Amino acid sequence: MTAKITFATIEAGAGLKAALGKGRADIIGELSASGIKGRGGAGFPVGVKWNLCAAARGESKYVVCNADEGEPGTFKDRVILMEHADLVFEGMTIGGYATGAREGIVYLRGEYAYMRAHLEAVLAKRREKKLLGKNAAGKQGFEFDIRIQMGSGAYVCGEETALIESLEGHRGEPRNRPPFPVDTGYMGRPTVVNNVETLAWVACIMAKGAGWFKSVGTEKSTGLKLFSVSGDCKNPGVYEFPMGITISKLMQEVGGEGAKAVQVGGASGHCVPAADFGRTIAFEDISTGGSIIVFGKGRDMLAVARNFLDFFVEESCGQCTPCREGNHKLLEGVTMLAEGRCSMAYLKELMSLGETMQLASKCGLGQSSSNAFLSIVKNFKDEIMGRATQGSLTHRRQGADHG
Amino acid sequence: MADNKKNIEDVSRAPVSQRGPAMERVAEGEGGIGAQVAVNIDGRDAKVPMGTTILDAAKKLGIRIPTLCHHPDLCVAGVCRVCVVEVENQRTLQAACAYPITQPTKVKTHTRKVRQARRHVVDLLLSQHYGDCYACTRNNNCELQSLAKEYGVDFFRFGHPTEARYEKDLSSHSVLRDMNKCVLCRRCVRTCIDLQEVGVLEAVGRSCETKIATFLDKPLAEVVCINCGQCINRCPTGALRANDPTDEVWAAIDDPKKHVVIQTAPAPRAAIGECFGLEPGHALTFEMNTALRMCGFDKVFDTNFTADLTILEEGTELILRLYKALVQKDRSVALPQFTSCSPGWVKYIEHFYPEYLPNVSSAKSPQQMFGAIIKTYYAQMHKIDPKDIVTVALMPCSAKKFECNRPEMMDSGYKDVDYGLTTRELAKMISEAGIDLPTIPKSDFDDPFGSATGSGVIFGASGGVMEAALRTVIELVVGIKVEDLYAHADIIPMRGFDGVKYAEINIPKVGPVPELLKKLVPSWDWLKGATLKVGVAHGTANAKRVMEDIKAGGKLSECHFIEFMGCPGGCLGGGGQPIPTSPEIRAARAKAIYDEDAHYEIRKSHENPVVAKIYKEFLTEGPCGHLSHKLLHTHYTPRGKYIV
Amino acid sequence: MLVTERERLRDDIQAMADRMGRKRDALIPILQEVQTKHQQISDYAMQVVADLLDIHPVEVYSVVSFYSFLDNKPKGRFVVRLCRTISCDMAGKEAVARQLMNDLGVCFGESTKDGKFTLDWANCIGMCDQGPALLVNEQVHTKVTPEGVHEILEACRKTFGVYAQEKKEERA
Ligand SMILES: Cc1cc2nc3c(=O)[nH]c(=O)nc-3n(C[C@H](O)[C@H](O)[C@H](O)COP(=O)(O)O)c2cc1C
Ligand code: SF4
Ligand code: FES
Repeated sequence: MTAKITFATIEAGAGLKAALGKGRADIIGELSASGIKGRGGAGFPVGVKWNLCAAARGESKYVVCNADEGEPGTFKDRVILMEHADLVFEGMTIGGYATGAREGIVYLRGEYAYMRAHLEAVLAKRREKKLLGKNAAGKQGFEFDIRIQMGSGAYVCGEETALIESLEGHRGEPRNRPPFPVDTGYMGRPTVVNNVETLAWVACIMAKGAGWFKSVGTEKSTGLKLFSVSGDCKNPGVYEFPMGITISKLMQEVGGEGAKAVQVGGASGHCVPAADFGRTIAFEDISTGGSIIVFGKGRDMLAVARNFLDFFVEESCGQCTPCREGNHKLLEGVTMLAEGRCSMAYLKELMSLGETMQLASKCGLGQSSSNAFLSIVKNFKDEIMGRATQGSLTHRRQGADHG
Repeated sequence: MADNKKNIEDVSRAPVSQRGPAMERVAEGEGGIGAQVAVNIDGRDAKVPMGTTILDAAKKLGIRIPTLCHHPDLCVAGVCRVCVVEVENQRTLQAACAYPITQPTKVKTHTRKVRQARRHVVDLLLSQHYGDCYACTRNNNCELQSLAKEYGVDFFRFGHPTEARYEKDLSSHSVLRDMNKCVLCRRCVRTCIDLQEVGVLEAVGRSCETKIATFLDKPLAEVVCINCGQCINRCPTGALRANDPTDEVWAAIDDPKKHVVIQTAPAPRAAIGECFGLEPGHALTFEMNTALRMCGFDKVFDTNFTADLTILEEGTELILRLYKALVQKDRSVALPQFTSCSPGWVKYIEHFYPEYLPNVSSAKSPQQMFGAIIKTYYAQMHKIDPKDIVTVALMPCSAKKFECNRPEMMDSGYKDVDYGLTTRELAKMISEAGIDLPTIPKSDFDDPFGSATGSGVIFGASGGVMEAALRTVIELVVGIKVEDLYAHADIIPMRGFDGVKYAEINIPKVGPVPELLKKLVPSWDWLKGATLKVGVAHGTANAKRVMEDIKAGGKLSECHFIEFMGCPGGCLGGGGQPIPTSPEIRAARAKAIYDEDAHYEIRKSHENPVVAKIYKEFLTEGPCGHLSHKLLHTHYTPRGKYIV
Repeated sequence: MLVTERERLRDDIQAMADRMGRKRDALIPILQEVQTKHQQISDYAMQVVADLLDIHPVEVYSVVSFYSFLDNKPKGRFVVRLCRTISCDMAGKEAVARQLMNDLGVCFGESTKDGKFTLDWANCIGMCDQGPALLVNEQVHTKVTPEGVHEILEACRKTFGVYAQEKKEERA
């Protein structure tokens, strides 16, 4: 189902050519006019980000392509990189031109190592065609090149400041923000970090104009978006839909009718029950980096919550207290629920802990890792509570001590 | 307060996530350097310089925000999340310690959300904290305990461990680790990597498996730990503590056959009051003497005596080196000469710059000289069998515990110093004896090693050894009064907390050299017109900078003599000193030390009558003579940094 | 470890460091290369890297322990990583996991005695639409069935000869 995405219809090099014909401010102006927001999940307006970086002072600047795609259920970046890498590199080159950066770095997740040779080949070809390097793409005085650095198996490195730490040779531990990367990023220099898809869209917008992009989507969430669909549906894969699509419409398209719930936004997203399928996927409603996981009728939602929490317990960087210990406690709570030894009082305690994690964690991981747990508890209370007690009496006592 | 605050951006090797916001860069931003921004905290207004953290701004307004991972000596971490506050227009709570104010900001520090979050953070920390408050060295001086109290923790909301998760590391003579009490604030990591640049401790593993560990989880005794104990001083809980020998010391005191002698270093007396609720900066030298006798020590001596002795031995060694190098043109002589009194520094150079060990003065530290003298000269004088003498050293230092256990420190035929006590441990002993230190009568040190000079006292502060040495050199060699060059003999260039200090002293003439030294070299004229170049560094991070400069042939490689202290601020900031520590606290202690120096009648080491006496009666060949060499000098072990 | 082998390792790492720059930002690429080449980042290797980049060994250890794909302990020539995240889980990863254990005779987190295989979990590897998915070193396999496990492992066993050859040449 990856056939008819827009990226396949864009003429190679058109975006870059159009961009280099404009002034820097005009490029950023065009992006702002298009209303495009980051496709990596956080949804920060691209025009604003680039403008901040362009305005920041620094001896050197960097454009980083975030290809760490680690959110459970997301795989669109993989498809984009395999099939439309040129478009992504074009977007990076435009970014270099617009912000004054001379170096672009692709941070490719370790799991995608098999793509590296392909990407290096594409880069080599671009260098050959003089689309990279000195006087790139024929623009006098514009120098830009791109290199690839590999991740090594850490989901949190998708967080932009952790990614930068990792690029600098450190543990992937998110930094304090502010200052933001646009001001103090890679090597302490102004840095733009954008998702693979975002950069590809930038090239498209340059080629076809802000008006074209804005013509679909909603007022606050313009344009098209790629979705990675998996789980209990007939046709999993990558889809392109306008922003603002309702979940039920999306379910029809992918053959997921009759689903009990949909996880929008991956493990860090929200679990939407069938009753809410009328809601839309947009930054102003349910926002996502593109992960759609469909849960069919027979799925045990507590098992789903446990799978997500297993993921976070493993992938939290472990530096800040709410996330490091909090996820652990939530996972413990899910086990207690499953074994029928979690009191309502303790469940309430855990839910308020989940809120604290959202508020007090240092980075987006901890701030969103309790989302799934909270939404599952909220929407499927009847299903997850009242389970048969397992284990011996002593087991139960321990549970009671906790609660 | 300069202290050793370096430009963290330039030299820090701590991961950026562990560093603070780049204040300078922020300050350069919108409003430009020195711009003021308005901030409103809990309804109160203030103007603060661009880039000030919310925490500092609140402090300025007298509003307390609790912290845990924050420490005034260290770069910002922002990991514990205890200090979270509500900032207007921010979706999430923000860490006050890490949030720079760069535009008008409205902050609330104790809303419901904030209180709940803090309570949860404390609950979560307690759910992993294995240990009982009443069975802990840090009982009543623990930041986690205080937070639990402050946030009204009356039950373990998220459980409490009933079993130890980690084995304790008791391998070191100096620093003991119990990671079951660790709250992962990473202050020790920032201390070890960033402040001291020793690099023993780091966070290892990730997520809830994260722990603070050494390379390959080796015991501390097997890695490059220099025993400085700075991590102990900054640990908020009891996870790091010093190896405490008070039980053995009490046992010795209680043993009627043992003659227990204690020597007290200059830095503890300037700080021990802090353990008894006094503000930093009150020296309790003479109260402490009384207390020590009340505890049952047979003799109370002043380490300053051997500090004076050190000056003469080390100074003599320097002159011999200079003579060989400058007059005899012996190229094998290692210069500059490095001081050797800080055991943290000594182990540092053994690990990291073993090729420079020949530069280290062979003179023992004052502590070890004292031990050797007690078990020989003193034992003979008082006709006590040295095997019945127990020497205890009161030190501001955890590395001194390692030093006295070095196998080579047995030159008296016995273990020269039996036990090293820290300031904290002595305070505990004094309390245990039911003594309220600040209120008891004063008394003097015991003879014969009670009389010391001001020069000995200032050993406790960074630059003190050098100042003492210069006082003596100027007078003995140049033959002029120090007071003629520096008012009140205060050699100001050597004072203060600049990371690296440097000075040049001209030797315009060579005066009549006193008998004691005269025969060292055939003639002294070569010194005439020479310029003595000296340097001072404190904290091993600064020591590293000096060493790198020397390696690169920089300015400091031309020095003749360099004082190194392992701890920031010198001994007064030692790893055995009262907790907490901060630049302000260290400054107050330094002031107490220099005040004490000023009160001494005799302020120059060579004028110490007992020093003169010991060279006359015992070390008759004079400084660096045969017996001196046997008892007062030592050798070092090149250790290197490889571990496997 | 023999001294000569150590020297070889040191030279090897030195060459990497010279190629990638002796700066901290080269740390992870160097470690990745050491890992791929030697299936582990040994105690000695960590110290050599630290020495060359002028950082502390414990910092290298800290970084190695952070990333799942870097390991201090030896791994097999083929690291099989089965995705355990939700979509693959729902697609039936449990049966594949059991068959992997059956075929290799080891549990997750362990290596076969001959040092050929290490069995491990992975978190979402971005193949959610074609689960269950697993990685063998850098190679990805999708829609794996319990039955298909055998084929995948067999292919590894066969290519092993070539790798062995390479290793011998390296030694020679
Ligand atoms: C835990 C965590 C993981 C993330 N992973 C990714 C990722 O894999 N890919 C990505 O593009 N953005 C990821 N992000 C978002 C980035 O921090 C950042 O917002 C994004 O790269 C910005 O690009 P955009 O504005 O183009 O979306 C992650 C954020 C968090 C908190
Ligand atoms: S929220 Fe989690 S991942 Fe983010 S900094 Fe804290 S511990 Fe690390
Ligand atoms: S004191 Fe601010 S986060 Fe720890």
